[in-house]
Amino acid sequence: MAETADFPGLSSSVSGLREWGDRLRRSSEFIVIPVLALFVSGILFSVFLLALGKSPADFFSLVWRGGFGTSFSWQNTLVRSAPLILTALCVAIPARLGLVIIGGEGALVLGGFGAAAIAIPMVPWAPTPVLLGVMALASIVCGGIWIGLVGALRHYRGVNETISSLLLFYIAVSILNFFVEGALRDPSDPNKPSTMPIGRDNMIGMIPGTDVHWGLVVGIVLCVLLYLLMNRTTFGFAARITGGNLRAAQAQGLPVGRLMLVSCAIAGACAGLAGFLEVAAIHGKANASLIAGYGFTGILVSFLARHNPLVIVPVAVFLGGIAASGGLVQRRMDLPDATVLVLQGLIFLVILVSETFYGRLPFYRSKGEIS
Amino acid sequence: MNDEAGLATVLLAMFAGAIRVSTPFLFVSLGETLTEKSGRINLGLEGTLVFGAMSGYAISYHTGSPWFGVLVAGLGGTVFGAIHGYLCKLPRVNDIAIGIALMLFGTGIAFFFGKAYIQPQAPRLPSISFGFWAENPSVRQALEINPLFLIGLFLAIFLWWGLKNTRWGLVVRTTGDSAPAALALGIDVDRVRLLSTMAGGFFAGVGGSFLSLYYPGSWTEGLSSGQGLMAVALVIFARWNPLYCFAAALLFGAAGALGPALQSIGISRGYHFFNAAPYIMTLLIMIASVSPKRSLKGAPGELSITK
Repeated sequence: MAETADFPGLSSSVSGLREWGDRLRRSSEFIVIPVLALFVSGILFSVFLLALGKSPADFFSLVWRGGFGTSFSWQNTLVRSAPLILTALCVAIPARLGLVIIGGEGALVLGGFGAAAIAIPMVPWAPTPVLLGVMALASIVCGGIWIGLVGALRHYRGVNETISSLLLFYIAVSILNFFVEGALRDPSDPNKPSTMPIGRDNMIGMIPGTDVHWGLVVGIVLCVLLYLLMNRTTFGFAARITGGNLRAAQAQGLPVGRLMLVSCAIAGACAGLAGFLEVAAIHGKANASLIAGYGFTGILVSFLARHNPLVIVPVAVFLGGIAASGGLVQRRMDLPDATVLVLQGLIFLVILVSETFYGRLPFYRSKGEIS
Repeated sequence: MNDEAGLATVLLAMFAGAIRVSTPFLFVSLGETLTEKSGRINLGLEGTLVFGAMSGYAISYHTGSPWFGVLVAGLGGTVFGAIHGYLCKLPRVNDIAIGIALMLFGTGIAFFFGKAYIQPQAPRLPSISFGFWAENPSVRQALEINPLFLIGLFLAIFLWWGLKNTRWGLVVRTTGDSAPAALALGIDVDRVRLLSTMAGGFFAGVGGSFLSLYYPGSWTEGLSSGQGLMAVALVIFARWNPLYCFAAALLFGAAGALGPALQSIGISRGYHFFNAAPYIMTLLIMIASVSPKRSLKGAPGELSITK
């Protein structure tokens, strides 16, 4: 500032420019640090592979080919991203209130089961749109209640939401198994206990010209809507205040309990919807295939996206691609299917550690500020 | 008559189950108690438990010595604890989130290396027969007690005594109750927490090796299914008291044995719900034992989940 003080006009335009540059510099931090973190986890994973005598170059080129290389692999990736987007929303929305919910898988399982169960008596007579609408509604209600329960327990009883949501995941799996292997089992399917299929004609179709079902569109639309809800409405503002400082929010008279409940219910509804899509677009019935780990990968997606609904979409595609390439990597490199889990866990750790570098890298350290 | 015999069988099976199933709960909850007493929560013990189960089994298979497997499982757990303890001291790194990441990472690593050990049979831990006086073979079987259970019992007593009466116990408790106070006393807060988390990881690893080397007694991917996390919930229920941890672990063991016990006398209806009993019980216990209005007795003041 001192060197431009003699020229008032120049000073203002320079400072305006500098302010703009400064803002750009600051916001680029939110891209640079995660990308660096991904890079570091790639290096760490390469070391892991080298220690096992496998070639990292082979691995990454196979991930590229299996996830993003061909139009076929792109479709596979996008099909996997749809549930990831929705389960990531299940983590991201409560995270804005400072709640760490890791049981999205439970809401997905229960949502999928609810949808398949309500479809059984309706399949013979209901026209497809009615059937799918009721199924979607059932999954939203099941998932919403399931995670809403987590929020209620947290607010009214002070039960830690992380632990209770994971316990509810195991309970949801038991509920699914109980009905699928018992009262609602399809007797005509001897191989795998499942509910009655909803019928091929009733299933959700593909986006024209692709093999990707409409779930992806649902996920993207929900991301945009929830972004607007969390960033452009009073509700979202109050939620973010609650996440920033619970006591301050209470002192302001914000309805903290209702905010928690509603956010958790929305979150659960998203994950439940993911279950509906898995049933109505992929499996055609509810069975143990619903427990595919989307809920757990969704946690990573949300953290990687820093709980921003709009960023969730590309991150979900990225991690969906890694997951989609798992089979190819497994076959070509003779690595177990848990390889993807190791890579995901590593990315998760490095991303969390990268939090500590915000505002501390030399380029981003603001002058005159004590860090 | 038949009903009474059935009831007796179920009760005996639950008693036997309490002793047999409780050991992993006991070790993980003791480890978590120590970690939480120092002011941090490690949710990654679920991953540590699974990794301990896998590594203990693998080492026992390769060396033929199950006790060596237990040791290596513990050391593996120590490494996970060290990672957690080290990363959490960095500013703005959240201990709960790191725990979740380590849970996923630990299970991933365990599944990755564990694929090769699903088939082979490893030597298992021996047990000590306390039932030599009994006529009834099922009583005798119930009193086949694993040495690790007894070690866990002594460990619980030792930790209970040590946390109250020794210098390091005081240091750990001070660190957990108020980091500024500990700092003022010249205690290296990060180091105390690192060591407590490492010790906690060691115990959890040992608990995991019990799963694969004694009961159920082989390595499968669904071996733990949340026991590590239930043990963390159990610590809250036990009010951070090692002796209560022991009692709570027995209770959890009994609940876990309910499903198989009922199945053994031919009641298989609702089998899945009885299998869910430990989870439902954990949830109910958490609902009953915590309150948003008051802080819990014995809760470390620095702990993020009770603040």
